[in-house]
Amino acid sequence: MEFPTALVLNAIVAGLLLGGFYAAVSVGVSISFGMLDVVNIAHPAFIILGSYVAYIVNERMGVDPIVVSIVLSPLFFALGMLIYRIYYLCFEKRGQESLRGLAFFFGILFITEVVLLLVFGVDYRLVETAYSSTTLHFGTVDFPLRLIVPFVVALTMVVGVQLYLSRTFFGRAVLAVAQDQLALRLMGVNPIRIKEFAFALSIATAGVAGALLIVIQPVQPAIGREYIGLVFAVCVLGGMGSIWGTLLGALILGLAESFTSTFFGPSWAPAVSFGILLAALAFKPSGLLGR
Amino acid sequence: MKKLRVWFFAGLTMSVLAMSAQAQQPLKIGFGMSLTGPLAGNGKAALISMQIWAEDVNARGGLLGRKVELVYYDDQTNPSTVPSIYNKLLDVDKVDLVVSGYGTNVIAPAMPIMMQRNMTFMALFGLNVNSKFNYDRYFQIMPAGPDPAIGWTQGFFDVAMTLNPKPQTVALVGADAEYPALALEGARAQAKRTGLKVVYDKSYPPNTVDFSPIVRAIQATNPDVVFLASYPPDSAGMVRAVNEVGLKTRMFGGGLVGTQFAALKTQLGPLLNGMVNYEAYAPEVSAKFPFLEQFLAKYQGRAVKEGVDPLGFYLPPYAYAMMQVLEQAIKATGGLDQAKLADYMHTYEFDTFVGKVRFAKNGEWSIPRMLTVQYHGVSGNDLEQWMKPGHVTVLAPSDYKTGAVLAPYQDNKK
Repeated sequence: MEFPTALVLNAIVAGLLLGGFYAAVSVGVSISFGMLDVVNIAHPAFIILGSYVAYIVNERMGVDPIVVSIVLSPLFFALGMLIYRIYYLCFEKRGQESLRGLAFFFGILFITEVVLLLVFGVDYRLVETAYSSTTLHFGTVDFPLRLIVPFVVALTMVVGVQLYLSRTFFGRAVLAVAQDQLALRLMGVNPIRIKEFAFALSIATAGVAGALLIVIQPVQPAIGREYIGLVFAVCVLGGMGSIWGTLLGALILGLAESFTSTFFGPSWAPAVSFGILLAALAFKPSGLLGR
Repeated sequence: MKKLRVWFFAGLTMSVLAMSAQAQQPLKIGFGMSLTGPLAGNGKAALISMQIWAEDVNARGGLLGRKVELVYYDDQTNPSTVPSIYNKLLDVDKVDLVVSGYGTNVIAPAMPIMMQRNMTFMALFGLNVNSKFNYDRYFQIMPAGPDPAIGWTQGFFDVAMTLNPKPQTVALVGADAEYPALALEGARAQAKRTGLKVVYDKSYPPNTVDFSPIVRAIQATNPDVVFLASYPPDSAGMVRAVNEVGLKTRMFGGGLVGTQFAALKTQLGPLLNGMVNYEAYAPEVSAKFPFLEQFLAKYQGRAVKEGVDPLGFYLPPYAYAMMQVLEQAIKATGGLDQAKLADYMHTYEFDTFVGKVRFAKNGEWSIPRMLTVQYHGVSGNDLEQWMKPGHVTVLAPSDYKTGAVLAPYQDNKK
């Protein structure tokens, strides 16, 4: 097996770009599942919802899908608050969050898919942006803007979330909820309100990730299911509740997929990615940056 | 004696009532169809065609004096749902006939049930499914010819061998799924037949997001020809990656599902230029498809309203034709006897909206008719340009040929 420099460099770039996108789709799960212990299996459905919202605004008004997703992120935030409130009142408050809560999110996944199906039909939708067909070339290395722009946005979002959680009072409160809810209650803070806020933040990131997805590849209502395994794998590999870990895990899986596809055959990519996950968990069960 | 007469007339009345009740029972035709999942766009377009057929038949008074009713379930483009759907159709819904859903992936898992129940099974666009089963009541409406393993890729490889100088190497790539696997199997046989050296032969998982590493790996082998067998989402991903990486080869394409439909045609637009692929119809050869006009007149308006493929050149007419074959066989045999239906379908020719159809011994079309085409001059993403001649050159079969292939691929991307 030969490893020509150009192929290696391109594999690194492609892997990093892919990893950045994986980080964007996984960061919300890292918050909800990793920090709040809410198994939001419907997270990919919110990503697809974000794709369709970006698509419809782009089609009607010509606005860039990523701009749409950022402008409309408060709406996704509000949707997240509503969903968490229902989840809390119906399941968490009654101590039935484990199995019934899981069924609740499965239900949301299916309902979202069916609603999208009824409204938009079954065809694949894709957004053509001004940068979609442009590829920059530096020497022998290609930088397709279709992947570069989502990568930059993803990185900004993940770093932004991490800075918010680590540098602000409310962010630290979210981290405190992840560590010890009872202690927070003893200090007179309502952990439910903080969890509601954090869950809403995770759904807002899903909305932005959806816009990135529809720039990268065509989307149809049920495509979110393909991301369920991936987002949880990234989250577990990086370490539950660690945003930096999510970024690191996503980049590792992106690089693994890119290198395997380039040098050993793409059909091995999932086996290698999940092999890395198993190996990492064998040596560090809490994930790469998990505590 | 009087009592006996009363009983006789009562019995006669009951029999007549029972017979008339049965005559009023609809004739049920059951199938699974991909209404959600990756192939839902195609599945829904096929369903609309089948519904139009049922409405047409019922407007003519039904079949065997009974109204036709379609009983269908969403198979979610998931092969694992197929056996339970067909068991339910036969055991619970008690359908009279079954046909397949769309595509190889969902036809193959229905085959064991059809064979167990001795059902005549009309299939919609399955590639070489019967090669492993050898079921004598299987019929397939896609015009891939009597030897689909070879026939499906024959046009692409025949065209490749017309390049001057003759190509020496080929790269084969496709998704990890039933159809691409069978198409690649045929492509390997074609490579052997034509003496091309296979320098790359790999498959990729269907949920791949970025295809550029695959295209670069192919480019590293510097193939003269690249054959791709893919489903719609990966067709789009591969075409984009090929354009981004700037694949340099003499001929690219072959077995991409999806570019026959309006959705991908409009989304990919000029990115399709230079690519060689298969089509069931092209406006450039409309004179040779006079029968299709009748179907398009029925379909296109309805498709726009229902939000499915507004072109209707590829799958929809064949879905309608599949039902026409059944209709003609039922009328000719005068019943629903599965053996008689199969015998009739093996023996006679059918007149349909996709032309004359005659089946070979294995249930495939007796003569292949899939077109090998090259796209060119596509600009922008509007649909109108695809409805009239000017952007497609038909390269094969020779009866339909409108021009020669333009090569190399990268120099003909306009």
